Formats: sequence, C-alpha cells, structure tokens
Amino acid sequence: MIENLKFQHSFNYAYIDEFTKKEIRRKTLKAVCIPGYQVPYSSPEMPISRGWGTGGLHLTLSLVGPDDVLKVIDQGSDASVNACNLRLFIKEMSNCAVTFDTAEATLIQTRHRVPEEILTEKQILVLQVPQPEVLRGVERHEAKTRIMHGEADYAKIWVTLYEAYVRSGTLRNGAGHPIMVNGRYVATPSPIPSWDVPNLNKARCLYLFGAGREKRIHCIPPFTRVEPLEFEDIRFKVEEFVGVRCSTSGQDKAFMDQVYADDLSSSYVINDSNFLDKLRKGPRPPQKLFTNPE
Amino acid sequence: MGYVAVKGGQDAIENAIKLVDYFRWKGRTKPIELDQARTQMRLAVDRAMGEGSLYAPEHAALALLQVEGDSFEAAFHLRAYRATLERRYDAEILNTREMFVHRRISSTFRDIPGGQILGPTRDYSFRLLNPALLNASLGSIEKFLSDLRDEIDPNKLHEMTTYKKVIDIFLKEGLMSSQARPGEDRRVFDVTREAIKFPVPRSATLQMLARAETGALMCMAYSTMRGFGMAHGTVGELRVGEVPVRVVDKRGRLRCVGKIKVSEAEMVGGSGHGQGEGGGRAAKKTGAPRYSIGYGLCFGQNETKAICMGMVESALRNPNSDNPANNQEFVLYHTEVIEGYGFTNHLKLPHYVTFQAGMEGARRVARKNSDKAEQVTVSAGGVEENND
Repeated sequence: MIENLKFQHSFNYAYIDEFTKKEIRRKTLKAVCIPGYQVPYSSPEMPISRGWGTGGLHLTLSLVGPDDVLKVIDQGSDASVNACNLRLFIKEMSNCAVTFDTAEATLIQTRHRVPEEILTEKQILVLQVPQPEVLRGVERHEAKTRIMHGEADYAKIWVTLYEAYVRSGTLRNGAGHPIMVNGRYVATPSPIPSWDVPNLNKARCLYLFGAGREKRIHCIPPFTRVEPLEFEDIRFKVEEFVGVRCSTSGQDKAFMDQVYADDLSSSYVINDSNFLDKLRKGPRPPQKLFTNPE
Repeated sequence: MGYVAVKGGQDAIENAIKLVDYFRWKGRTKPIELDQARTQMRLAVDRAMGEGSLYAPEHAALALLQVEGDSFEAAFHLRAYRATLERRYDAEILNTREMFVHRRISSTFRDIPGGQILGPTRDYSFRLLNPALLNASLGSIEKFLSDLRDEIDPNKLHEMTTYKKVIDIFLKEGLMSSQARPGEDRRVFDVTREAIKFPVPRSATLQMLARAETGALMCMAYSTMRGFGMAHGTVGELRVGEVPVRVVDKRGRLRCVGKIKVSEAEMVGGSGHGQGEGGGRAAKKTGAPRYSIGYGLCFGQNETKAICMGMVESALRNPNSDNPANNQEFVLYHTEVIEGYGFTNHLKLPHYVTFQAGMEGARRVARKNSDKAEQVTVSAGGVEENND
C-alpha cells in the first residue's frame, strides 16, 4: 500500500494558486479597461463542473478575501442546490462571510439574474456566462467573430434582430438580449431576462462576466453606458407580466416565476428570493430598487 | 422561503452524497484496494491519466475507485487536482527514440529495422468472455509468472534496448522532410495557462488532442475515413513503452526525474502540399516531399487514442470547412473532455428564469397576434402601428 501522506494536500487560499489568481486579476483589469471586450484567460480546471459556474468561480476566488461578504444566487435564488454548493465551496476555501442579504454582500456571484435591489459602488456582481460570444449564433468560427468585434462589424446581429421582428413581431424572445457596451462592443449580458438588462446601464457597481468553459472574461465597469440593441422605431422591451401579482407578497413589480400546483393551476411568485423575503418581512421595503420597474 | 429552502438545498446535497455511498456499499462486497485497481484496471488508469492530463497512476486509480469507474469523472478529478499543483519545471522534450519499447508495429512495411514487436495487445485475441478469470488466485498468478519467466531466454535479453524509427526510412528516401512547413507556427504554447486563439500553433493542437476524450477523438478520426474526409492514414509506427523525463534543475544540470509510459503513433499521410491525402500525387510537380506525419502521443497504453490523434492532427493541418475533422475550432473545442462533460451535464441545473423569459416572449407574440386578428375583423386592415 502506498502511504496515505501522498494524498494529503492542503489547498492554497481560495483554491487557485497565486500565480493563476494574479493572471486572472490582470485579465480582469484588462476587461475593465475595455468594457464589453472579451479577454481570453487561462481558466484552470475547478472541482466544479464546466458549465456550472467555473468562470464565475475563477473571478470570485481571484477577488475574495477573508473580509468579504459573499452571496451566491442561482436563477434568482440563494436556495438552489447549485448556489448552496458554490457558496459552501467558496466559504470553505476562503473563510469569508456569507449572506443572503443583497445589500450586505460585497461580492455576489449569480447565475442568470441581477438582483432587484440596487447595487452600490461597494459591490461586485459576478455573472456566470455559458456562451460569452454574442456573435456565435451568426458566426460559428471564433477566429471570424474576433475579427468582427475588431472591426465593429455587427451587421449580422442587426439582421438577426430584424428577422426576428419580421417573423414574430418582437425583436427577440428570451434571455440574454445583446447589449452595446460603451458604444463600442456588442456583448452578451449572459442569459439574464430582458427585465434585468436596463439595470446594467450606468450602474454604480462593477459587473464581471466569467465564461470558464470558453475561457473569456468581459466586464461592464461602473457608470458605463449599456444599451440593448434596438431599432429607432422598434424598441427593446422587458418581460410584461400582464395582470400578474406575486401570490406571496401581492407585489407586481419584479421578475416573476410561474409555479404550478399539483392540480396544474398556476400562480406567480417573485423570483428574487432575498427580495421576496424582505418584502414579506416588512414593514420597511428593501432599499431603492433598480431602474426596473418604472 | 429563503432560509428554510437553503437548508433544504444543503441537506439535499448531503443526502445525495450519502446515497451514492449507499449504492456503492449496499452489496457488502470487499472494498477494492488501490493497488488492485492500479494494476488490474491498468488501461482505465492509463486513459484517466491521459484525459486527466496528469501522469500519476496511483492518483488515477484512486479517482477511478472514488467515482466507481466513470471515465469522465476520473479524468475530471485528476484535472481538478492537477490545477492545484505548482508548476516547478518544464520538462525537456521527450525523445521517444530512447523508449524502452513494450510494443512497436508498423503497417507501412512488411518488416522494419529492429523488427515488428507485437508486445502486449488484445488485437489478435478472440473477444470471448472468459469465465476462467474468475478462478484466478494469487497461487495461479504466481504460477503463471514463474512459467513465463522460464520461457525467457536470458541470453537474448539486453540485445537491443532502443529502436530506430520507421520515419527514418521516409526521411532517408526524401519522401518526407524534417523541415517545418513554410509559415508554420512553431511557438510552444501552453493550453493550460492561456486560452487558445485561432489559428492555433501546432504545439497547442497537439496538447489539446493529447488531453482530449478518447471516444470523441475516435469519432473525429473515423469520420475522416468514411465520407467526411479524404484520409486513410497508415500507421507508420505505433509504439508503446517507457520514456525518461528530464528537467534542468536550478543549477543547470540535466536530471532524469523518472519514466512515463506513453503510446506514440506516427500516421503517414499526404504532405498536404498537393491535393488529396494518402498519395500526395500532385506533390511531384512541386518537388515537395510526398508524405507527412500526423503525430499522436498520449499517456499510458491507449493506442486508439494515439492513432486517432495522429489522424486528426494530420486532418487539421489540411483545413477544409466541409469536414468537421478538418476544422480546428470544431475538433479542438468539442473533443475537450472536461468542458464537454461539464456543459452537457449543466443542463440538469434549473433554467426556470431563462425559460420564463422565453415563455413571456412567446406569450407576447401570441397576445399581439390575437390583437391583430381582432383589429382585422373590425377594420379589415387599418395601418398597423409599430409599437414593439
């Protein structure tokens, strides 16, 4: 038998070795300097599966310190199994504090949602990104999409929006509406619902986007202009929850989940779990909301 | 909702882990020892090391035991472990001419300098289930080993330690060139430290392929032979054996740090200077060498992978957008085992926000269409407002 010592292994602070963390931070700084530009980075393997938030983890672990207060959201909820798992991992590896309270967190890692509550300059929102290349749908080759970004050649994506309008009567269905960042790079906001897209514009917090599998980081720095792609006469719209109220809080101004009971009847409930908790707790509503809803 | 549900999520994870252990142990069979797995599941260990990109047989055996034999998970565990290790040295380039050969074959020639050595292979055995294996015991193993020892003629040992390469024949005849192709990117890239950018240098291609999933690579290589490529690479030489690994220490001395077992395939194909692979007919006019090598090398004994890697490498040096296997981006991105495994499995994560966003979009379209239908019935076609 081999000695057990062989498998004893103490992990570096925040799991990733210092050289790689430094590399990720430098690439992140580059991304901050060129808003919306996708910066390639090393993307080391994590003990979490690719596609389950490794890009977010790289960013979070490269930034986290023992004084940080961490919040992890998955599809709007702190309760989701994957959120629990990531939160536990980051906490174990970095000894940081954790919270569900959006306002209290210094570092928030999220999958597919921006919190309803407004974020401040003291906070960083790390978004997990499955596909960082907004042009992948119109051009499958990476070498070509990089040239297209370099030349700001976004004709194909405009045509796609136009075609979607002609076919369906709306610019685009679904999450991840393409955005123009700082008037230069078209980027993906990650698959957040359209509801969240206006909250990216001129926000006070730093938005970091990590795509682990595709090895790219992009960024929206604070107070950066972010416009959803839209036409002068055909405007971008957020999801309309027509005649819908949250069955728990009675509110109607938030992104809603539709939940089905055993008899297949459906009702709506606010998606952002911490926001809902605060509404229910009352009497003081949470801090200022983001630009949504008007 | 919040806290209770969070507790639920955490409990669910813990219970899931317990249940995995339950299904592992519920048969109450003897635990497999690490050494048993390392030696008797030799090829699974080799494959995990190759895809896990870490030469560590004991760790690979532990990974396989831990994940109940799942090759994806075993490779994944090794990669995650590897990512935590500090990189102290770069090894010198391996010289496979120094290989202590277990097995070497060539299909380009009937006989080769040094001879064909079939070595340990299942290639020419009948694939029949063998219940006799169930009767194996330490005693029978011992007897087998001593019988085998008796068959060996000690006088013939050490006659030959290393072998020339089959490609030497091609090089000598001028059918192949050891020169790099004009314009070939010779940088040594490290795919574990940098994201690849296209077109990638050959070093990055080879690294990516050496770490790729065996089955995915086989799919690509197979496709080049039947309809989605013009290739039928020939095995110039396939070797399995041990090669020394050397590093230069801090005082500049060359140090041997051990031996690793590798499979190496040199697949002979057209040089790509002419049209068509395999024959390199058009090369005559240009005077360029007719043949080139598609190179495959991977950890352990994994001949399928080495051969397929060689074929795919050859295909990638002859880009052709009609065939998946001749397309760098298609091959390199989609044969990467950890990324493919992770992303296909991430579909198990909840997607209700993205799905909801899509449904609201669909409903909006439906509402709009029904409004439109009403308008039509009222005014039989007024001017439509673009209000979206």
